[in-house]
Amino acid sequence: MYVPFELEMPGDLAGALGALAAGTGAKTMAMAGGTNLIVDMRAKRERPDRVVGLGRVGALRGMECGEEWISIGGGTTVTDLLQSKEIAEAAPSLVESSRLFAGLMVRNTATVAGNIACGSPAADLVPPLLALDADVTLASVAGTRTLPLDEYFLGYKRDVRRPDELITRVSWPRLPQSSDQSFINAFYKLARRKGDAITVTGVAVTLVVAGGVCTKARVALGAVAPVVFRARDAESVLEGRALTPARIDEAARAAAASSCPIDDVRASAAYRLHTVEALTRRLIAQAWRRSTDQ
Amino acid sequence: MSTERTIMLRVNGRDEPGRFPAHRTLLEALRQIGHTEVKSGCEKGDCGACAVLVDGMAVDSCLTLAWTAEGAEITTVSGLGDLDALHPVQQAFSDGGAAQCGYCTPGIIIAAKAIIDRHPDPTEEDIRIGLSGNLCRCTGYTKVFEAVSEAAAIMRAGSDGR
Repeated sequence: MYVPFELEMPGDLAGALGALAAGTGAKTMAMAGGTNLIVDMRAKRERPDRVVGLGRVGALRGMECGEEWISIGGGTTVTDLLQSKEIAEAAPSLVESSRLFAGLMVRNTATVAGNIACGSPAADLVPPLLALDADVTLASVAGTRTLPLDEYFLGYKRDVRRPDELITRVSWPRLPQSSDQSFINAFYKLARRKGDAITVTGVAVTLVVAGGVCTKARVALGAVAPVVFRARDAESVLEGRALTPARIDEAARAAAASSCPIDDVRASAAYRLHTVEALTRRLIAQAWRRSTDQ
Repeated sequence: MSTERTIMLRVNGRDEPGRFPAHRTLLEALRQIGHTEVKSGCEKGDCGACAVLVDGMAVDSCLTLAWTAEGAEITTVSGLGDLDALHPVQQAFSDGGAAQCGYCTPGIIIAAKAIIDRHPDPTEEDIRIGLSGNLCRCTGYTKVFEAVSEAAAIMRAGSDGR
């Protein structure tokens, strides 16, 4: 690597936050798995003077699956998610997204916080987390704050996180599963190939169904706008109703209408618009069918 | 400029010192101290040629800073076995002709070892998803997948735990 920097490796969270708060005048960046930052530093897109490595901050890693809330430490790796039976039950979309995330070696080091903080519209953990109504907890020496992930992104690779803050936790209310209501939660990644590929179009869907009615709908779209976002128009078409093919069509068209994709090396904007509509329709139709089969 | 520091890397069971600045990747550091069996490909986490095991976990050494690997057990393809005593994965790749130029092979064998450690009886899907971060530009993947499957069978039969 060609751009030199100083490296600190604090052993606990207080040390990490202290290191991020220090560094007067020096550009300081936190490094979790490093699978984005090291690539960006090599390409000279990022030129920090100081890097604070988080690999030894054990407190950031791990999952708590309570009766009401699921909570994931920011330093939890993609592989950790894949190996959790509880996450597989509570958030199938997140597991599907983790399965097709980059390659094995990257999955073993890339973290939940890093995937969010990189701010990429193609960040694959973000559509599932948005469709789960996740909150993000940010910590600094000044204290912690928790906000909806939905309010975290400000624009292309821009977010509300200050450089001295870390994403310490991502949490969401457990989806209801009982005799009178059930949930379906799914993610589809469209890319040039299944593994080790950047997403062309990503769609995450959550439906909660009770008494033959969709009581809650979340549709989150990746790689079809400057940020990953919730297609609220599509959600409101679905909520409070039994879903018919015509209504699912309307939601799919609304999802496409709220997208503003670009042409790039992976796909054209037109293809993304076509696929975001088709995939939204497919995921909602499959989810509805599964909910009525249960 | 960043500070240089002498650190001890534990590679294939031996402590090996090296003097590196903070921005030196584990890939560069390993090659600098002679471990040229670890290959440099894309240097951005796409190709997997640089894969090594760090405390049993397969990682891209190009995306790991050398300092952060201090104190860890690093295993390269040479640490799995040598010509006199090939590891079952190496044996299966050799028997099955699962290499052409061989440049990607050290990383693929490391990933294959990690896959079999996790899935002793891997499905084709386990193998394909497990190797999705390893690129071979010579030939193709059919013989590679077959070799991983064969290696897993040998290891299940032998259960010598290597």
